[in-house]
Amino acid sequence: MEAARPPQTQAVPPSYQGRPEGPAAAALLATGVGSLVLAILVVIAEANESFAMSLAYSDRVGPLSGKTIWAVVAYFGSWAILAVALRGRRMNLGVVAIVAGVLLALALVGTFSPFFELFKPD
Amino acid sequence: MAFTGGLAGFYSLRPELVMAAGLTERIRRLSIGTSAMAVLTWLTVIVGTWVVYPWYREDIPDSPRSKLLANPDTKDWHEFAMEWKEHVAWIAPMLAIGAAFLVLYYRADLIRNPLARRIAMGLFVLAFLCAVVAGLLGALITKKAPVT
Repeated sequence: MEAARPPQTQAVPPSYQGRPEGPAAAALLATGVGSLVLAILVVIAEANESFAMSLAYSDRVGPLSGKTIWAVVAYFGSWAILAVALRGRRMNLGVVAIVAGVLLALALVGTFSPFFELFKPD
Repeated sequence: MAFTGGLAGFYSLRPELVMAAGLTERIRRLSIGTSAMAVLTWLTVIVGTWVVYPWYREDIPDSPRSKLLANPDTKDWHEFAMEWKEHVAWIAPMLAIGAAFLVLYYRADLIRNPLARRIAMGLFVLAFLCAVVAGLLGALITKKAPVT
C-alpha cells in the first residue's frame, strides 16, 4: 500500500521581495523627465521668440511641434537609458515616487499658462 | 466610464477583496484597460496636435484663434485656456503609459505590493485629470469659436 504523501505546495521563501523595483523606477522617473522637458521648452519658447520659431518643425502646427517632439524624445530616451541603468536593481520605490512627483509638479506648473506667460517679453 | 472601471480595478486589488481564483481575471482586465487607455491617450494628443490644432491656429481671419484674439472679451480663451490645454494634454499620455507599465510589470505582484499599486493608481488618476483639463477646455473653446 502506497504511503500518503504530503500535498504539493510551492512555498514562498521568507526572503521573497517581489520583482526588482529598477524597471518601475525607470518608468516613473522617465515620466517626470519627459514632462519636465516639455515644461522647460514651453517656458524658454515663451521667453524667446527666435527659440520658439526654431521649434516650429511644422508650419501648420508651429512651435508646439518641436516642444512635443523633444518632450517625447526625452521621455522615451530617458526611459531607455534608465531601464538599462536600473535593470534588476532593488530600490526604494517610495523615494523614487517622491522624486518623480516633484518633477511632475514642476512640469505642471511650467505648462500652466499664467505661469509661463510671466516670461513673455514685453 | 473606462477611467472609473480602471480606478475600481486598482482600488479593489487588495488581498482582502480578491480571491486567488479571481486575481488572474482582474489582472488581465486591468492590464487591457490601462494599456488601451494609454494607447487612446497617445492617439488623442497626436490627432489633436497634428490634425485639429492646425485648423484652430490657421493664419486666416476666420480661424478660431484669430476670432478669439480679435475680441478683447474672448482673447483669454486663447491666451489662458488654449495655451494651457495644448501643453498639459501632452503630460497625460506619459502618465498613462507609466500606469500601464506598472500594471504589466508587476501583474499579480501588484496585490502584494500596496506601494506599487498606489503609485500606479496615482499615475492613472493624474493622467485622467490632465486629460479632463485638456478635454474640458477644448470643449469650451470649441463652443466659443467652433473649428469649421
